[in-house]
Amino acid sequence: MSFKNPLEKIEDKFEMIQILDENGKIVDEDNVPDLSDDDLVELMKRMVYTRVLDQRSIALNRQGRLGFYAPTAGQEASQLGSHYALEKDDFILPAYRDVPQLIWHGLPLYQAFLFSRGHFHGNQMPDDVNALSPQIIIGAQITQAAGVAVGMKKKGKENVAITYTGDGGASQGDFYEGINFAGAYQAPAIFVVQNNQFAISVPVDKQSAANTISQKAAAAGIPGFLVDGMDVLAVYQVTKEARERAINGDGPTLIETMTYRYGPHTMAGDDPTRYRTDDMDDDWEKKDPIVRFRKYLEEKDLWSEDQENAVVEKAKEEIKAAVKKADKYDKMKVTDLMENMYEELPANLQEQMEEYKEKESK
Amino acid sequence: MAQMTMIQAITNALQTELKNDEDVLVFGEDVGQNGGVFRATEGLQEEFGEERVFDTPLAESGIIGMAVGMSTQGVRPVPEIQFFGFVFEAMDAVSGQAARFRYRSGGRWHAPITIRSPFGGGVHTPELHADSLEGLFAQQPGLKVVIPSGPYDAKGLLIQSIRDNDPVIFLEHMKLYRSFREEVPEEEYTLELGKAETKREGKDITLIAYGAMVHAALKAAEELEEENIQAEVIDLRTIAPIDVDTIIESVKKTSRAVVIQEAQRKAGIAASIVSEIQERAILHLEAPVLRVTAPDTVYPFSEAEEIWLPNHKDIVEKAKESINF
Repeated sequence: MSFKNPLEKIEDKFEMIQILDENGKIVDEDNVPDLSDDDLVELMKRMVYTRVLDQRSIALNRQGRLGFYAPTAGQEASQLGSHYALEKDDFILPAYRDVPQLIWHGLPLYQAFLFSRGHFHGNQMPDDVNALSPQIIIGAQITQAAGVAVGMKKKGKENVAITYTGDGGASQGDFYEGINFAGAYQAPAIFVVQNNQFAISVPVDKQSAANTISQKAAAAGIPGFLVDGMDVLAVYQVTKEARERAINGDGPTLIETMTYRYGPHTMAGDDPTRYRTDDMDDDWEKKDPIVRFRKYLEEKDLWSEDQENAVVEKAKEEIKAAVKKADKYDKMKVTDLMENMYEELPANLQEQMEEYKEKESK
Repeated sequence: MAQMTMIQAITNALQTELKNDEDVLVFGEDVGQNGGVFRATEGLQEEFGEERVFDTPLAESGIIGMAVGMSTQGVRPVPEIQFFGFVFEAMDAVSGQAARFRYRSGGRWHAPITIRSPFGGGVHTPELHADSLEGLFAQQPGLKVVIPSGPYDAKGLLIQSIRDNDPVIFLEHMKLYRSFREEVPEEEYTLELGKAETKREGKDITLIAYGAMVHAALKAAEELEEENIQAEVIDLRTIAPIDVDTIIESVKKTSRAVVIQEAQRKAGIAASIVSEIQERAILHLEAPVLRVTAPDTVYPFSEAEEIWLPNHKDIVEKAKESINF
């Protein structure tokens, strides 16, 4: 009897899926996504735009013009490739680093900035944006995603719920409960774990004895895939197939994207030099999702420096306008908060409302 | 009209709302074919099908997290936590998530969830089955906490809780499940949340209680009457929000009050009510407002339950202390 063999067999099944390599070459012809040239260009535009947004957000934070911000550079392929596989009526349950997916799902930029500043309007998704605001408690969104998916199934909707967490999130009890519930009900959910190698400072090998996060799907009886999270084509394709499975009633999928955040955990004082080396940063930057996709598109004559500059300029202008709009937005009041606690104000809040109306009128 | 126990009234309320609103979903551990460990959901899966009344995997955080997510899809979840002590497994899902769902989305989403759960002492359960944890949830903004004291109230309050568009914690005292029957109309009716009921009128002292302690207070009132003390008994019915007006009105009349809770003493509902009374009616008082509570220990193993739990004698004693002050 061997105790080790079953585990070895499991890990063999979770080899990393890659379609586009670091040099922008297709390495898996059979699985190249069925995307038009326009789609490919759009994906590139979104990644470049989001990289600019990240750089500007960091700068604005340093100037004191933004609040809470979790940098996104390095994770564009994981975030935007998975999002590009969705439809407008699909439901997103993001973690705190997943603001880009919300923006591309329809959250206006000025609201993303208000979210960063701690104004409730930043959390108030427009009526046509099916999403929750970014989750702060690691893992809470995962059981909720199972619930959204079960609700969709009960209502006969042909949509999916997609949720995002990180490598640290996969250690939470809610991660196991969420994927297990979705599996038990065969609900149309997609669980994306962006494995950016560190949960703040704790490396992924300290989170678990499991060599991959994707293999944890096996315990819930659902498919799990390990994907090159710096390869936008691979992330898109796997998410697309997971979505089709879900819509067809075949249940949820877990996707682990191997990626890296170039910046700190958040802009609130994290110093990555305490837990990462320059060599590690350099190795991952060689895998950069935008660099490799640019090479691929240039080879196909779909992308040029001029096009890229145009996207950068557009992003900068829109960011400037959005900051202005956020600046002009009415400051949040305690009475706004009170109004959003219950459908009808209970007696205690009615009293307190009068008190704060008076305070706020001064 | 039919004579029902509280558990029958609860089943009847669930059945009423499952019939009225196809978006109502009832789920939890063993609630399906088994009809719940107390038979609160007896026959409901058979009548409404597995799509609407169903078992869940055994994970409380998953159950409430799922209910929160479902809320975005226009359903009205009625999950059960099998025993309220198990809610510790779901604290984030309840207080961190469901309670804040309306607020954190700026009103875009809300969570019309009714979490039903048995609680309360005196039935010799193992650890973490009987604890009175209502204070933890009454303190959490965004939740309502409802505790019926009998069959009639249970039906009307549960139907109203299910129809409420915000999360409600609906706590069912295990000792009341089958301890007595009451006239309960077969047809639907609702009782407003946040409204107390004066169960007995009196001019000398106000006894304020909820859940099983309402019955201890009523028994105490009977004993006090033998000594010519007329006690008014208020059943809070809802402990979040609290019907402060009814309490103050009564205290202004009687000038004395004892607040009773089965839960431990510190930082509790009773303490909160004492504060409301002294802030709003201190000049009407003839004596300090007193409390009858359990001591500040964890809930005891069952052999010590009887002595640990407050009872009508403790209430009589405190009432006399107030009268003789």
